Amino acid sequence: MLRVCLKGANSAARKCLCGNGVPLHPLQQCRSYTSGGSGSSAGKIVAASVFTVGGGVGGTILYANWDPKFRANVEKSIPYSDQVFGLALGPAAPPPVINKPRKVEPVQISSMSEVWKDSKQPKAKEVEKKAEQPDAEGPPAPAPQETLEAAAKCTECEHEPAVKERPEGEVAARLAEQDKAEQDLLTSLSSNLEDALGSTAKVTLQAIGAQEAALQAIAQHTHQLREAMEAEAPPDKKSTQWRVLEDALSERSRSVDEAGAAVLRAKAELDKLRGVIDGAKHLKIAAARPSILAAEENLHSMVVDLDSVVTRVQTAQSEAKIVSQYSELVNEAKAQFQKELNSITPEIQANWKGLTGKLTQDDLNSLIAHAHRRIDQLNRELAEQRVREQIHIDSALEQQKLEDKKALEVAISTALEHNREQMRLEQEKKVEETREVMEAEMRTQLRRQAAAHTDHLRDVLKVQEQELRSEAEEILNSSLMEKETEYRRLTQDQLDSFTLDMNAAYARLKGMEEAIDSHVIAEEEARKAHQLWLSVEALNYTLKTAALNDPTEPLEGAVQAIKESCAEDEFAQALATALPSESLSRGVYSEASLRARFYAIRQLARRVALIDETRNSLYQYFLSYLQAMLLFEKAQEAPPAKLSAEDLDTFKLLSYAAYSLEHGDLELAAKLVNQLKGESRRVAQDWLKEARLTLETKQVVSLLSAYANAVGLGTTMAP
Amino acid sequence: MSEKELGKKLDRCLADSAVKLGAGLGLGIVFSVVFFKRHTWPVAFGLGMGLGMAYTNCQNDLRAPYLILRNIKEQ
Repeated sequence: MLRVCLKGANSAARKCLCGNGVPLHPLQQCRSYTSGGSGSSAGKIVAASVFTVGGGVGGTILYANWDPKFRANVEKSIPYSDQVFGLALGPAAPPPVINKPRKVEPVQISSMSEVWKDSKQPKAKEVEKKAEQPDAEGPPAPAPQETLEAAAKCTECEHEPAVKERPEGEVAARLAEQDKAEQDLLTSLSSNLEDALGSTAKVTLQAIGAQEAALQAIAQHTHQLREAMEAEAPPDKKSTQWRVLEDALSERSRSVDEAGAAVLRAKAELDKLRGVIDGAKHLKIAAARPSILAAEENLHSMVVDLDSVVTRVQTAQSEAKIVSQYSELVNEAKAQFQKELNSITPEIQANWKGLTGKLTQDDLNSLIAHAHRRIDQLNRELAEQRVREQIHIDSALEQQKLEDKKALEVAISTALEHNREQMRLEQEKKVEETREVMEAEMRTQLRRQAAAHTDHLRDVLKVQEQELRSEAEEILNSSLMEKETEYRRLTQDQLDSFTLDMNAAYARLKGMEEAIDSHVIAEEEARKAHQLWLSVEALNYTLKTAALNDPTEPLEGAVQAIKESCAEDEFAQALATALPSESLSRGVYSEASLRARFYAIRQLARRVALIDETRNSLYQYFLSYLQAMLLFEKAQEAPPAKLSAEDLDTFKLLSYAAYSLEHGDLELAAKLVNQLKGESRRVAQDWLKEARLTLETKQVVSLLSAYANAVGLGTTMAP
Repeated sequence: MSEKELGKKLDRCLADSAVKLGAGLGLGIVFSVVFFKRHTWPVAFGLGMGLGMAYTNCQNDLRAPYLILRNIKEQ
């Protein structure tokens, strides 16, 4: 039947295989198909996933490009995304820098006041310095310019200041411009002045030189004239003298002309210079004034020199005039004399130049007579002259006085003019000085004012600052107090809640600890119980290790284990000690082995059923054997609840015991076997002992296990 | 084991009886040969003695547990 089944199974299996053989290939094909299909579908899936991912990434990048906050968020949350964004979009724009104009304000105001001071300082410095140092203007101008620019920037970044004046920067710029224009003008002016001065000086010097030359020439001429007049040189020398005189005269006239021309030029130049100075004065630049003054002084001095020279020339000229007059007179007289001489001696063509020595006696006489006559005439004239001398002298004196007066007047007028000029110049200088001083004072006053203004500003600002600070402090304090109370409240709340939580937690912890402790205890108990149970189980197990006809292993180890595991359990200890020592040392037989053994014992007990103390001969043995052979009893008979007298028969007992054994009741069997008497008993003694041991051990073990179970149950059933 | 005791005893009995018998036989034979001119009766006697001794031994052996031994000192 099995073979048939196998065959059937084989055939069935084979059929199955064959059945699937046909679709195997198509299955394979299908599989390939499906793998292809699955491949395509896999490809589709891959493509779809790629698209999704790419779409997600692209969308993220686009949105990040549009919304920087989102970009920042993504960069924060996903590492290395900032690199991706940098690659795709470029670096993120930095967040806009928040200006703090408020803090800049007070600083800038003071700086602006400083700027004011600075802008004034350069101006003062300008005026104080000489105009020949225009360069110093440069650095202070750019320096205030920079601060001005900063101030300008400040004004830009500030909102509308409440002050409605022109912005300081503009004013300062304008001032700077003005200063620069002034400076340029000044430089041009000074250059002009210098040029004019230079040219004028040159011309004047030229004129003076010419005048000096003229003077020299005049002096020379007069000197020579006088010499010619006074000296009675021989006629040939006289002619040379007169020639020299003529040269001198021509020289003089030339030099005088030259001097005159030079003087005219000089005067023209001086006028030009004056014009320039006036123009400069009209420009009214304070800085130019000293130069103007200097120019004026120069002019004045030049004029003075020129005038002095001119006067000298004039005096020389007048002297020369006198001398020339004198010479003219002398020439007249001489001419007269000559004429007279000629009239007397007409044949002699006396010429002063070619006065020969050819003179006859008559001529000489006539000449002497003429001379005498002339002398008489001259004496008469002299007397007349003497008479008129005084008148002439008076008239001359008068004339001279008049002329002197005139000259004096002229001189006085010129001197006055010069003095006036000088005084004017001095006055102007003084005015200039005072002006400078005034200006300086004004500057200082202005500076003081500015300083006062800045001080006032500073004070006001300080006061304002104080006020604002106090206000702010107040606000700060109030808000701080608020915040502090809030904070305190919050902390208190927190603390309270925390304390509550802590208390709760502590209580829970305590509870938990207690629970844990109890659990620990319970677990300990449980563990012990478990251990006990385990050891009891081990004991049980060792009980089971009984092979047929061999006792179990000695229970000592297990019992020792039990004893260890339940060190403080008296019951268990007692039980453990209650085990019979033989079971400990040698082990016990199992019920099965006892049962098996029983049959042998039964047989034997049946055979020696007749033997007891009284009957124990060999014959009895034989008889007993015979009885055993011939007597049949039930193999197993259920023992009654109560044993009666006739139940105490060996055979019956044995059958009862067999029955109980068969039904697993070793105890009853042992009890029944215990009722045997005689040799049967002796024969069954060992078995009985073993059975008793086994029963005892089993009892103890069962008790122990029950106890362990109970304990374990009790521990596991913790509330 | 107590149940094996009987078996051992019986084994001893048999062995003893065999020995006794053998010895009796032997002695009988010897006696018969030596002393009694090959009569069979010493053999039988010997055998019988042997058997008897064996029997007795066996019996004594089997009875041994039931003997109440008196202590000599008790006297």
